[in-house]
Amino acid sequence: MTEDEDGEIVKKIMHVMRRAPHGTIYTYEGLEMVLIMSAYDQDISISFIDDGVYALLKDQDTAGLEIKGFAKTFKALDGYDVEKLYVDKVSLEERGLKPEDLIVDVEVLDSAAIGKLMKEQDVVIHQ
Amino acid sequence: MLHTINQSPFRCNSLKTSIRFILPDDPVLFLEDGVYSVQDNNTFKQTIETLLKTNPVYAISHDINARGIKNTIKDVQLIDYEGFVDLVEKHQVNTWF
Repeated sequence: MTEDEDGEIVKKIMHVMRRAPHGTIYTYEGLEMVLIMSAYDQDISISFIDDGVYALLKDQDTAGLEIKGFAKTFKALDGYDVEKLYVDKVSLEERGLKPEDLIVDVEVLDSAAIGKLMKEQDVVIHQ
Repeated sequence: MLHTINQSPFRCNSLKTSIRFILPDDPVLFLEDGVYSVQDNNTFKQTIETLLKTNPVYAISHDINARGIKNTIKDVQLIDYEGFVDLVEKHQVNTWF
């Protein structure tokens, strides 16, 4: 934990996205949670692991499912000062994906590097 | 950092995935259906034994007993809820599910 210039406590909070975007509500709800928490000026990051990387795929068109697509919301995160987006290299490679297949700029890291980041957090929340 | 796993490794990839992220010396606790991970002679035995070389591994005894698991992989430490609380007091928790 650190303090910002106003003496407010800033916690390091990492959200971990591990599920594909449309089969369950976890990813969507997780993203909502990130947006809400961003209002509290905390040090927020998101890691995309396993099927979580699918949430960031370009060209998702949910019109046929008659649900609102939320992939584009990830592009809006930097407007909420959520800029630390990490993607697990193994998860990306297992799925035959490359960073350019993703809708936002992310930092692709190996698992141990993300593991170290997890350890630095005050809170880790899996979605 | 304390890593907890509460899903059966046969149904969910939490064990397989978390292993890549867990740093040496971090305690790993299996609970609920996660305890099937440490049943002796299962297909994950080698994974657990490799983990045991660098990390302390715990399982909740009540969950083990409830599931009729008689033998657990050697060196996996069985703890009760008080032991669970002790671990949570000492470490940040990373809940893989």
